Amino acid sequence: MFPIGSSAADSPFEELWRLQQQVDELFGAWASPSGGIRSLPQGSFPAVNIGHTPERVEIYLFAPGVDPKTLDISIQQNLLTVAGRRDIPTDERATYYRQERFSGEFRRVIALPEDVDPDRVHARYQDGIVQIGVERREAARPRQIEVH
Amino acid sequence: MATRSEISPKAAAASARERRGTAVETPIRPAVDIREDGEGITVCADMPGVSKERLELRVEANTLILEGSARLELPENAEALYADVRSSTYRRTFALSGELETDKIEANLKDGVLTVHIPKRRELRPRKIDVRAA
Repeated sequence: MFPIGSSAADSPFEELWRLQQQVDELFGAWASPSGGIRSLPQGSFPAVNIGHTPERVEIYLFAPGVDPKTLDISIQQNLLTVAGRRDIPTDERATYYRQERFSGEFRRVIALPEDVDPDRVHARYQDGIVQIGVERREAARPRQIEVH
Repeated sequence: MATRSEISPKAAAASARERRGTAVETPIRPAVDIREDGEGITVCADMPGVSKERLELRVEANTLILEGSARLELPENAEALYADVRSSTYRRTFALSGELETDKIEANLKDGVLTVHIPKRRELRPRKIDVRAA
């Protein structure tokens, strides 16, 4: 995953703010959790991580307990949309002390880098994580130019 | 001439970065649902990315401990673009009370959701008292 080190001396709020600043600076506004126009507030279901290589972009959705058959994944140019639902039945006879887990419909729209190829996408689901890989167009990859 | 005890601000910053880099990452506190019925208590926890082999569930001194680590299949040279999740480990603990049978805990892990059932001692389960009509 993408651990970012933490220092125990800072307060949790300071730490969070600092992380946010780092993310914004590193990744630019399109992917920034606070700045992206389609971004969702922190803590939204499912959580998303995005990694990339020169060849492709890998998207990870943390969607435990979701039936992969109910997932609707679509891509239009560089906009990836993932919609689905997770229904958690409530036991009427039980007493609930905590109900923190998300229940209901969800939809996340993720802006990917401009050079992704929407025709070359694959997705899989394992242990509650949806992994979507999108290839990038050849032209966008860094090329070695040889000097003869 | 600088003595060994003197550390330049630059070196101090570098060593702080190093410490942060090697620091143990803060585990994620997984979201849970907890319910109780006549039979016992059931805890459901969201632990995406955790497989059976990477899950550790145990009771220590009447504390239920849920721990696990997630595995993401990242390409070798991948760089992070965006991350809601910044840790790969989960940990959450709950204090148990005496009427629960900790040696009869049952657990199930499916699609990143851990379900733990802790039964109540039989003699302490609520009994329905019938009221006979006079």
